[in-house]
Amino acid sequence: MKEALGIRIQNLSKSFPKRDVIQGLNLNIEPGSFVSIVGPSGCGKSTLLRLIAGLESPTQGELHLSSQAPASFSFVFQEPNLLAWRTVYENVALPFELIESLRQVSEDEKRTRIMDCLRKVKLAESSSLFPHELSGGMKMRVSLARALVSSPRLLLMDEPFAALDENTRFEMQNQLHQLWQSERMTILFVTHSLFESTYLSERILMLKGEGAKLALDYKVELPLERTEDLRTSEVLNRIVRLLSERLRE
Amino acid sequence: MKRYLPSFLSFLILTVLVELLVRQGVVSESLLPSPSAVFKTLGEFHEEFRQAFFETLLNVLAGLGLSIVLGSLVAFVFSLSDLMKKAILPFAIFFQTVPIIAIAPLLVIYFGFGSPTVIASSFIVSVFPIIANTLMGLENTSESQKDLFLLYQASRLQTLLKLKIPQAYSHIYSGIKVSAGLAIIGAIAGEFVGGGGLGAMIDSARTQQRVDIVFGALLLLSFMGLAFIATLALVNKTILSRRPFASLS
Repeated sequence: MKEALGIRIQNLSKSFPKRDVIQGLNLNIEPGSFVSIVGPSGCGKSTLLRLIAGLESPTQGELHLSSQAPASFSFVFQEPNLLAWRTVYENVALPFELIESLRQVSEDEKRTRIMDCLRKVKLAESSSLFPHELSGGMKMRVSLARALVSSPRLLLMDEPFAALDENTRFEMQNQLHQLWQSERMTILFVTHSLFESTYLSERILMLKGEGAKLALDYKVELPLERTEDLRTSEVLNRIVRLLSERLRE
Repeated sequence: MKRYLPSFLSFLILTVLVELLVRQGVVSESLLPSPSAVFKTLGEFHEEFRQAFFETLLNVLAGLGLSIVLGSLVAFVFSLSDLMKKAILPFAIFFQTVPIIAIAPLLVIYFGFGSPTVIASSFIVSVFPIIANTLMGLENTSESQKDLFLLYQASRLQTLLKLKIPQAYSHIYSGIKVSAGLAIIGAIAGEFVGGGGLGAMIDSARTQQRVDIVFGALLLLSFMGLAFIATLALVNKTILSRRPFASLS
C-alpha cells in the first residue's frame, strides 16, 4: 500500500481582486488523518482546498504535499460532476484516460480496479447505467469511486454530501468512514455541518473571520468505530455544542 | 403519427380552400394557381422537376456538408485559441451580415456558372449558425467539470474531445438544424445567378409568368426542407438513444 500524503502549509495567503481570502495560514496535516475544515460561508474553506489541489495559485507562502503527482490525490466536488454521456463504468474510468501515469495500466488491471471501486461504493450492479438513471446518492457514490480509482493517498472533499437527503447523507458518511479505515489515506473534508465533521473526523479545523484565521484546532476523541448510536450520543453532542459556541464567538 | 394529424388536417383544409377560391374565380389563377393545376404541372414536367430537384439537393448537401465540417473545425480551433477567435470571428460575423444576394454575383465571377457557385452560396449562408452554436456549446462547459479535467492534468485537446464536444452536442445539433434550412435558401440564391436546379427553374418560370411552375418548385423545396428536418430528428433520436448527450448529469 502506498503511503498516505501529508500537507505542510507555511504562511499561506490568497487574495482575490476585492478580498484577501486567506492570510498567513500555517498548518500541518498528518499523513493518514481525517481532518474536517469547518467555518462560516465565505471563510476560505473551499479556497484552501482548491489551493492544496493546485486549482488556485497562492498569492504568497508555501504549500507542500509529500507528492505532487496528479494520481496521488483526488478531489470530490460538491456536485457529482459526472459526464452525462458516459456510463457509471466509463465515468469511473476517466482518470485512466487522462492521467499520464495511469494510461499505461493494462485493460485487465483497469477493469479490476474500476469494479473494485464500484463494489466499495456498492454500485457494481449499476456499472452500465447512465447518470440520469441514478439517484443523487448514487451519483455521489460514482463520484467517490472515480476519486478512489487512482488509489489516491490524499482525498480532498468539498462539501460532498451537502446536497443529499439525510438518510443518504448518513449512509455516505458511514461508507466514507469505513473506506478511510480500510484505505488509510489522508482525508481533508470541508463541511458546513458541525455534526458531520465531529462524526467523521479525528481533527477539526475551524476557520473564521477576515483572512481565514484558524480559530480552533480540535482533536476529536471518539471511538474509532463510528456506529449509528454515536450520532445521538451525549459525547458527540457535547463536542458539537463546543464547536457551535466557538463558531458564534 | 397522431402528433402530425393537426398539421396534416390544416394543410388539407388550406389546399381545398385555395382550390375552391381559384375555381370560383375569387382569386386569379395568374396570381395563385389551384393546387390541382400545380400537381398537373408537376406531373407534366416531372422529368425536368426531378432533374432540377436532385441537382439542387446535391448542391445543398455539398454546401451543408462543407458548413458542418469547416464550421465545426473553425469553432474547435476558436475554442482552443482565444487569439484565433479574436482575430477571425469578426470576419465571420461580417460575412453573416452581408446579404447573400449581394455576394452571389461575385461568386459567379470567381467560380463561374454551375455547381461551384451554388455550393459556395449555400456554404456561406449556412456556415455561421454552425460556428456560432458550436462555439456557444463549447464555451458552455461547467467550471467544476473544467476543474475536474484540470486536476487530471488533461491536455487542451483531451478536454476538447472528451468534455467540450460531447457537452456541446445539443448546441451543435441546433446549429445544424438551423443551417439545413439556410443551406437550401443559399443554394436557391446561388442558382438564381449561377444557373441550374430548382432556383434556375423558378427564375425562368418567373420570366414566363408561369406561377404554376414556381409553386411546383416551391412545393418540392418545402418537401426537401421537411425531409432534412425529419432526417436530422431521426439521426438525433438514434444518437441520443445510445448516448444521452442532452441529459443532465
